[in-house]
Amino acid sequence: MTTTLLSGRRSARWIMKILSTLGTVAVTFLGLLIVTFLIGRVVPVDPVLSVVGDRATQAQYDAAYHALGLDKPLIEQFWIWLVNVFHGDLGTSNLTTRPIAEDIARVFPATLELATVSIILGTAIGIPLGVWAAVRQGKLVDQIVRVVGLVGYSAPVFWLGLMGLLLFYFKMGLISGPGRIDLSYEYDFTPVTGLFLIDTAMQGAWGAFANVFSHIILPASLLGYLSLAYISRMTRSFMLNELGQEYITTARVKGVPEWRIIWGQALRNAAVPLVTVVALSYASLLEGSVLTETVFAWPGLGQYLTNSLQNADMNAVLGGTLVIGAIFVGLNMLSDLLYTLLDARTRNRK
Amino acid sequence: MSLLDVQNLYVTFPTRNGPVDVVRGVSFNLGRERLGIVGESGSGKSQTGRAILGLTPPPGSARADQLSFEGTDLRNLTPKQWRKLRGKRMSMVMQDPKFSLNPVMAVGKQLMEVLRTHGAGRAAAKQAALEMLEAVQIRDPERVFRAYPHELSGGMGQRVMIAMMLVSQPDLLIADEPTSALDVTIQIEVLRILDRLVAERGMGLIFISHDLRLVSSFCDRVLVMYAGRVVEELKASELEQAKHPYTQGLINCLPDIDEDRHPLPVLDRDGAWAE
Repeated sequence: MTTTLLSGRRSARWIMKILSTLGTVAVTFLGLLIVTFLIGRVVPVDPVLSVVGDRATQAQYDAAYHALGLDKPLIEQFWIWLVNVFHGDLGTSNLTTRPIAEDIARVFPATLELATVSIILGTAIGIPLGVWAAVRQGKLVDQIVRVVGLVGYSAPVFWLGLMGLLLFYFKMGLISGPGRIDLSYEYDFTPVTGLFLIDTAMQGAWGAFANVFSHIILPASLLGYLSLAYISRMTRSFMLNELGQEYITTARVKGVPEWRIIWGQALRNAAVPLVTVVALSYASLLEGSVLTETVFAWPGLGQYLTNSLQNADMNAVLGGTLVIGAIFVGLNMLSDLLYTLLDARTRNRK
Repeated sequence: MSLLDVQNLYVTFPTRNGPVDVVRGVSFNLGRERLGIVGESGSGKSQTGRAILGLTPPPGSARADQLSFEGTDLRNLTPKQWRKLRGKRMSMVMQDPKFSLNPVMAVGKQLMEVLRTHGAGRAAAKQAALEMLEAVQIRDPERVFRAYPHELSGGMGQRVMIAMMLVSQPDLLIADEPTSALDVTIQIEVLRILDRLVAERGMGLIFISHDLRLVSSFCDRVLVMYAGRVVEELKASELEQAKHPYTQGLINCLPDIDEDRHPLPVLDRDGAWAE
């Protein structure tokens, strides 16, 4: 009886929590839409000219102006845009003449795949390195990790990318060159998710899988290295803070083995702020790193956005910005939820 | 044989101006009794307690002519040998449960960890943990078992801490300012619990505090420390007959409800005492 009551109250609290999170997300998202829309209207680019060209007659210009709905009041334009966005219609790209939503659905998986492999590498190596450096503070390992991080911070990514290609692809032939996949493998499988590693593995096209892997490994290692530099540094400082806490002494007094104190207790506490660090790194990777995508001819979001911007394709830019904004909101929401799972102190606030 | 034998203990920390001894030649014997260590901040009383558990924080280091616990020489133990002693045979209650309990771990799990570390099964550990929570007079052990440290009051937290440090029935408990972070009314409650458990189990207790009156009413013997040295050792009941000027100074500073001692005298410090 008591337990059902208790669990009922607990699930009610969870529902409230989820509802309030969704409310926050809705407000944030509305703000994002307004700002994105206004940026699109404020920039000194004439969308009509980019449609009709600069040799159009006044009549043609006026017709296009009307067709684009630019003669309506700003509020009404926003409303129309908003309704379209909620119907999944981000407008049509002047550059590719395809619906922008379709374009983004095509380029985004490329970025998603690269970013995901990168963040997995960066986290899986960066966190242990940071922990190790914190435990051996001031020792050789700590210095090495610091230098590795410093290089990751300061070396320009396009230079590292070019050097990597020169060494591993051109000189040593260990990996495949730019692009996501070689043409000869492109028809060995049908893209379902757009994440080629998953698609090829699901369809058992292992030759194509190996090819995709040999394409993604260098850019992913590179971006993974950059997030590793940041993640290991933050892990180190969070861990130093935790290892100085009194509860660590308590654990030692209790006779708990040192490895469990470090990996079980200190890291478990450091994991709370680390969630934000990893989420922010992932979000910045998902924006699409223009330089990396350019060096590796990676057909991702960063490249798409840069192309659109250079061709004054404002609708495409707005669509891309919206997607990136949505990713930020989504990842923030996710890390908020993870917080409540990891730290009881954030759970019971009424 | 005494429980703990400490001879000529030194604790040293390196500083920019060379090594500094914060504990200088402390010697004492402890049986299954209650020994108080009093002194002002920085007198080395806490570092003495930590050195006994081998927990001198790096880069500090401890050395002694003799440091033995029931015949075991503590000076050259391996980490593994230390782990067998700590938690099981000797343990320590620290000042503030707000910091000394792991904030993201449920109380029960932290209690069970002591027993699980020393080889107890899951069910037995849970049973013992619940019984121990009851022994420190927590009314609803099941609820506290599931609670997180931030959900407990200071007094409750310190009782949990005491329960955690006594759950594996150690022979020696070091209590480092165990009531300093608590309200005065709760201090007495917590002390009573500690007193009863220590007496029931016939343990040795080192009670570290800056509160002379508390220590003298609670312990059998008192060591007075000043600048890393023991300046006086006396029976708690004979506190009034203290000979050392520093101890006399401490006693003179205590306000008395029946007497108008105004202004209170200021503590004398003489460089010669530190020598």
